[in-house]
Amino acid sequence: MGEQPMIEVRNLKKYFTTRRDFFGRPTAYLKAVDNVSFSIAKGETLGLVGESGCGKSTTGRTMIHLYQPTAGEVLLNGKVVDGKKDKKQLCREMQMIFQDPYASLNPRMMVGDIIGEPLAIHHLASASERTERIVSLLQMVGLNPEHANRFPHEFSGGQRQRIGIARALAVNPSFIICDEPISALDVSIQAQVVNLLEDLQDKLGLTYLFIAHDLAMVKHISSRVAVMYLGKIIELATADELYRHPQHPYTQALLSAIPIPDPDVMANRQRIHLTGDVVSLGNSSVGCAFRTRCHCAMPLCSEMEPVLLDGGAKHMVACHLVQKK
Amino acid sequence: MKPLLDVQNLSVSFDTYAGEVKATQNVSFQVFPGEAIGIVGESGCGKSVTAHSIMQLIAIPPGRYSTGKILFAGDDLLTKTEDDMANIRGNDIGMIFQDPMTSLNPVLTVGMQISESLVRHQQMNQEEAHERTVELLHLVGIPFPEQRINHYPHQFSGGMRQRVMIAIALACSPKLLIADEPTTALDVTMQAQILDLMKDLQSQFNTAIILISHDLGVIATLCSRVIVMYAGKIAEEGKAQDIFHHPQHPYTWGLLQSVPRMDATEREKLRTIEGNPPDLLHFPVGCPFHPRCSYAMKICTQRYPDKTMAGDGHSVHCWLQHPQAPKPQKEVW
Repeated sequence: MGEQPMIEVRNLKKYFTTRRDFFGRPTAYLKAVDNVSFSIAKGETLGLVGESGCGKSTTGRTMIHLYQPTAGEVLLNGKVVDGKKDKKQLCREMQMIFQDPYASLNPRMMVGDIIGEPLAIHHLASASERTERIVSLLQMVGLNPEHANRFPHEFSGGQRQRIGIARALAVNPSFIICDEPISALDVSIQAQVVNLLEDLQDKLGLTYLFIAHDLAMVKHISSRVAVMYLGKIIELATADELYRHPQHPYTQALLSAIPIPDPDVMANRQRIHLTGDVVSLGNSSVGCAFRTRCHCAMPLCSEMEPVLLDGGAKHMVACHLVQKK
Repeated sequence: MKPLLDVQNLSVSFDTYAGEVKATQNVSFQVFPGEAIGIVGESGCGKSVTAHSIMQLIAIPPGRYSTGKILFAGDDLLTKTEDDMANIRGNDIGMIFQDPMTSLNPVLTVGMQISESLVRHQQMNQEEAHERTVELLHLVGIPFPEQRINHYPHQFSGGMRQRVMIAIALACSPKLLIADEPTTALDVTMQAQILDLMKDLQSQFNTAIILISHDLGVIATLCSRVIVMYAGKIAEEGKAQDIFHHPQHPYTWGLLQSVPRMDATEREKLRTIEGNPPDLLHFPVGCPFHPRCSYAMKICTQRYPDKTMAGDGHSVHCWLQHPQAPKPQKEVW
């Protein structure tokens, strides 16, 4: 590998304790993120997709140390990040845009204060510079400078998401985790926010981790896409490659389930039906987690867990069926 | 063929402290037996208000039906008493609500919630109702219905709860099924299953379906006719092929272009509709879409366009349809 990746995640794990014994020792876990590794190059967008509850948001939150990882490490520009020691430093480099623009802004703070707060915390600007900086941030995300003196409830969903973006940009981060930034917005507003994110990436050279369940939008914005299933990455490839030649049966089923806004295409489309139940994220899982719903499960799938391997052309898949070929 | 549902000039307003909110204005459409029609639009465009007024679920006050009729099999639902409506709801018209997490009663077993309407409307006794409930749960694809019938909503996943909702809506084999964003809270795989299920039911029982959604893909999957609503008015109506392949209203163009297509080969920038939907308290004069429309002319700011026919069963409210209007420069679609 020639260039050092901007962000590297190595064997990241996040287990939540679901039960404790009499002495308070954990006896049961929920493996929300289980041994996830990937890297993102500078200026790149990695899309992270999967069904709800597959651990994609937890991955993002653990990376930025909103959750303390159970195991594994996150490397930023080649340096291991320690969530406890360098939290402040980490937050200058890494920021997050949240899913719900209604819940992620403090209703009692004016927009200018919301955007200016990171500047104050990191001592990045004196009081007079701060106002200037807030104005330029507001303009950067397409809002008016006079909006600084209003409260979040005076804004629509799309505008609030822009405020969230401005807040994330305040500290000049190089990496932004977008946790479903558009799923709470209307269709016509979604496109506005996605275009804004793309413009900002061009202008400021940002790197994104784009978490979403809307696979069409992820295809549009990402250069590479990772598919998660029950806490693990099961397929990772460039966006075009993944959507054109999905290898994992789960990815194939997921892609075939997306409705396309064209009645003629929909009438002639073959769907892969997923049957069976999702196995629980508990302790005892041997074999492939997807085998219970997989239409091409083999005996091997319940004996051994497939690992994520490069099948050529930087297309990584974790499936026995593909790797056997 | 006589329409099953005939909505004529429906206008619903809400009286608030800030003034009158015109949620829908002069909405007219028809639904024929066995047909699936889709209503698309952004939030606040009046699609749910339309659905709720068919079921008479609008709270009065603050709501008010200012004009219009809703003819269901020839009878005006707006003149019915509450008792009459109770006999129609769940019996002749079934409804699936958006949020399966909140629209089921958490303290009743799903069996009780499904059999309630069977006992109420079909005068079944408990045993018959139980049998039919098991049958319904099986129909909507819930495994082990005999055991699941005694479970409470919290014991079901989101997709399963939505199936229970569908089972309730279908219990009395309604002639019309209104689905208000039935799959918005669900994952794509579950969404596809629910849509398949609704499609099967439509062909099996000849149920007419009104599907309300903001997802054009969902509409394309199920509906043969589509209504596009904007700011409480119908902007365009036509066969699914017409709306998706030959849309005439600039708002429909914008909607179709702002969603990235999964089958797109090239990556190009998304086209957006600039601005925000109008504030229904301060309704713009003329066409409500003109502040966001890149083809807006002087007339658009003054008068609301009349309905023009752009083809067989394809109607549009747009001044661009006027013979003297300039044709859009390039073929946008």
